[in-house]
Amino acid sequence: MSAASQFKEEAHEITRDLRHRQLIQTALGKYEIKRDEKKAAFQDWQAARQAAAETKWDAINHLDTYLQEFATKLEARGTKVHWASTAPQARDIILNIIREKKARTIVKSKAMTAEEIHLNDALEKSGFEVVESDLGEFIVQLRHEPPYHIVFPAMHLTRGDISELFARELGSAPTDSPEELTMIARRALRNKYVTADVGITGANFAIAETGMISITENEGNARLTAALPKTMISLLGIEKVLPKMEDLALFLPMLATAGAGQTITGYNSLYGGPRQPGESDGPDEFHVVLLDNRRTELLADAEQRDALHCIRCGACLNVCPIFRNVGGHTYGTTYSGPIGSVITPHLRGLQDWKHLSSASSLCGACTEACPVKIDLHHHLLHNRRNSATEKPNRLEKLGLKLFAFVVNHPAFYSLAKKMGRLMQPLHALVKGTRIDPAYGWTQSRDLPTMPRQSFKDWWRTRP
Amino acid sequence: MNVTLFVPCFVDALFPRVGISMVQILERLGHRVECPEEIACCGQPGFNSGCWQESRDVAVKVLDRLKDAEHVVVASGSCGAMLKVFYPELFGKTDRASAAQSLSKRVWEFSDFLVSKLGVTDLGARFPAKVTFHDGCHGLRELGIKRPPRALLEKVRDLQLIEMKDAETCCGFGGMFATKFPMISTAMGEVKCASALDTQADYIVSNDSSCLMHVQGLLTRQGKPIKTIHLAEILSQT
Repeated sequence: MSAASQFKEEAHEITRDLRHRQLIQTALGKYEIKRDEKKAAFQDWQAARQAAAETKWDAINHLDTYLQEFATKLEARGTKVHWASTAPQARDIILNIIREKKARTIVKSKAMTAEEIHLNDALEKSGFEVVESDLGEFIVQLRHEPPYHIVFPAMHLTRGDISELFARELGSAPTDSPEELTMIARRALRNKYVTADVGITGANFAIAETGMISITENEGNARLTAALPKTMISLLGIEKVLPKMEDLALFLPMLATAGAGQTITGYNSLYGGPRQPGESDGPDEFHVVLLDNRRTELLADAEQRDALHCIRCGACLNVCPIFRNVGGHTYGTTYSGPIGSVITPHLRGLQDWKHLSSASSLCGACTEACPVKIDLHHHLLHNRRNSATEKPNRLEKLGLKLFAFVVNHPAFYSLAKKMGRLMQPLHALVKGTRIDPAYGWTQSRDLPTMPRQSFKDWWRTRP
Repeated sequence: MNVTLFVPCFVDALFPRVGISMVQILERLGHRVECPEEIACCGQPGFNSGCWQESRDVAVKVLDRLKDAEHVVVASGSCGAMLKVFYPELFGKTDRASAAQSLSKRVWEFSDFLVSKLGVTDLGARFPAKVTFHDGCHGLRELGIKRPPRALLEKVRDLQLIEMKDAETCCGFGGMFATKFPMISTAMGEVKCASALDTQADYIVSNDSSCLMHVQGLLTRQGKPIKTIHLAEILSQT
């Protein structure tokens, strides 16, 4: 089945699932209240967005120099930096490191780039055990499903669902308490940290000036993932770069506010290399894998380049009425919501993923919410234009040409209105049935009744 | 003042009262209104479908017809956004680029024109009902209109405005989106209607007939006890 048909089919099912609707509306309603509280703590949120957008603009438009600076600084402290052009290359690089270390168990903290390259699959197929240390990721891993949301992987599940899952998979006693559920997961995970040979993390930011990666998390699990195993591997997209350390002063609170309605995330750590002489902890080996995977194609598109500003906060998903009704899994992509609909056609092919750009009312709530001012909903229009230019839908084009002819010729336009009025009683016979030409509308909604006199009729005949 | 009122196709054919109300209000305020008969559509269907050439085929007529108009008032926030925000992009690399820029500066959405351009909020209207206001997305986010419709409603006698939760959330219309993805569009509409029904208002008011057409279609089908009405229709009631 094509990605488009699958999307439509799954959207059809889930939009009728009122339990899902209620769950997501409630969760994101709470998020909005907290986010607004934290936004108000900024002296000027709009000015902060502008500053963040300008910093990312600088970073992305000088990516070549900043990435080089980042890599050179990291290498100076003994980090091995790898450049991966494609997903298979990134997987091979990571697999080779793990094989060389003769590792068995791998502990991983949350990384959307790892989802993007299907790293867990590849590792498991090669015979390694991978343990997700982030609570949400751990839960969806137990369910054998991808994360539902880029920040809240298990937001589609209730405490009851999780308790049931843990009882089934881990043999724990059922409980309704979030603390107890966390403790159950923690008991299952703690042992793994100690025995794991390799830790894999993502990164939230890559600081060019100092050659460090910045990781933001709420559970402390990424710290353990980085600190305990002998070998640490960090996989990050090339767009993660920030020019200066001081940029974090803006980006860390901004990410926390837009992403989760927090002042600042619980744990923010910087990693600049393996354990140096005289240091008491840290890995013996540190590998940084920089992933392109067609990001450079987006970089080459001057119109949509700002999509690389994305800091993966998830704010656009949270406010998107499409996301809130179809949920994260329906997209069938690593990155869902508005940002996913914008970038997936670039990362995975326009013709296969253009339907996501059409599945939008273009309301613009995403653009308004984006902390780095990506012109998200207009890029959906650009994707539509690009796909229609590249591979026109003949029938739609013909329909629009006919429409243009009618509205451009007052006589035909008047005639069309008359026909519409005449057809209306006939339409009542088929309304809402499969043979109704307006079924797309009438399956769930009534059409307005056409009045006898149009506005133009009135205008022409008024005294 | 000379005002050119552009009544787009769906308002003309389906909601003539909206256009008539606008003419009456503007004339009552002492302005000269003209309604060009040769133009019907702004070209948004083609634009939103990605068929920019077909969109230009329609938009070019609007652009040329309105090239000397002093003030253009559009009877829909969405079509207003098309003229004001999207024409400059649509015609960006054509020989009509500067014409599109020039028109953009002269285009107004109706409620914004009354409040921001004419400085009028009290039109002497009376409408004894409880209403809630839905912000159409294009008017709100493309044109930045939030305050004007509320300023106008606040001056209507015997009218009580009750804000709904998530007034700024899309109703799910989105043009062709409503028929291409009816299941998503309908779910969005149901969320919107639920917020409106929670206010116990008698009417959902908006400055965009397209949103109201969608919401009313859903309300009628589901037999819900709330009606829809365009802001201009309320303002013309005396």
